[in-house]
Amino acid sequence: MTTTAPKYDEVEVGTELPGRTVSVARADLVRYAGASGDFNPIHWNERFAKEVGLPDVIAHGMFTMAQAGRVVTDWLGDPGALIEYGVRFTKPVVVPDDASGAEIALSAKVAEKLDDRRVRVDITATSEGKKVLGQARAVVQLT
Amino acid sequence: MPLDTSFIGRTYPPRAPYEVGAEKIREFAAAIGDDNPVVNDTEAAKAVGHPDLIAPPTFPIVLTLVEGERIAKDPELGLDYSKVVHGDQKFVYTRPVRAGDRLLVTTHIDNIRSMAGNDMLTTRSEVTTDTGEHVVTAYSLLVARGTAD
Repeated sequence: MTTTAPKYDEVEVGTELPGRTVSVARADLVRYAGASGDFNPIHWNERFAKEVGLPDVIAHGMFTMAQAGRVVTDWLGDPGALIEYGVRFTKPVVVPDDASGAEIALSAKVAEKLDDRRVRVDITATSEGKKVLGQARAVVQLT
Repeated sequence: MPLDTSFIGRTYPPRAPYEVGAEKIREFAAAIGDDNPVVNDTEAAKAVGHPDLIAPPTFPIVLTLVEGERIAKDPELGLDYSKVVHGDQKFVYTRPVRAGDRLLVTTHIDNIRSMAGNDMLTTRSEVTTDTGEHVVTAYSLLVARGTAD
């Protein structure tokens, strides 16, 4: 793993990280609810979600944040090299109760080289063509 | 109903320590589809220099969300929890959470405001070990949609 970890001197502003598309089904949200302890019914109960004005069940923001984070931690190899990670939840990821669910498209690139061999990575996350995360940024420690 | 802004600056002291279990880390990793060996296999974590299995970066939400909920549901604060969505989230790490950690969470209310018809609560949770070592700070914005009309 250490042989593939990105090196500070080898990355440039604009260096792209490997992106991915993640499928999200209702079952994934139930599983995430159980693992995280976030049982807010807007993430699993369609009736409740619509009662409070949402179009349908929506994914946990933290589920989307975790997916976006994997793009960075898979690039790093060691997730412990993450120093800072923050996002804004700008649009909900709406997860219909059908066979395909929702898709989140993720990409990321190096946005700034910082002191102490750190870099800032900016992440883009979209679902149905809309940005679902804003200011999604990670600061990582490279070697 | 406006929120009670006198809550700004309040501190919620830690409750019983949260004991981080390796299987809980693996369960969380599986739920987010994270197959990175360093968050699944203790030997792989040790091979890159960690003393034990480490947790995925968003794992601290398991500890801090319940603290935010506890505050958001305080009837005296006046937030309508049924309308609450997560506005933003940030983690600043001193080191990753590890299996075997006994973690304490101290939560501060940093801000309360109303904007564009929404009530907004900003919290900061300091996560330390029970011996006082800082692990991570979690910043969270909760938004109650349309409740500030």
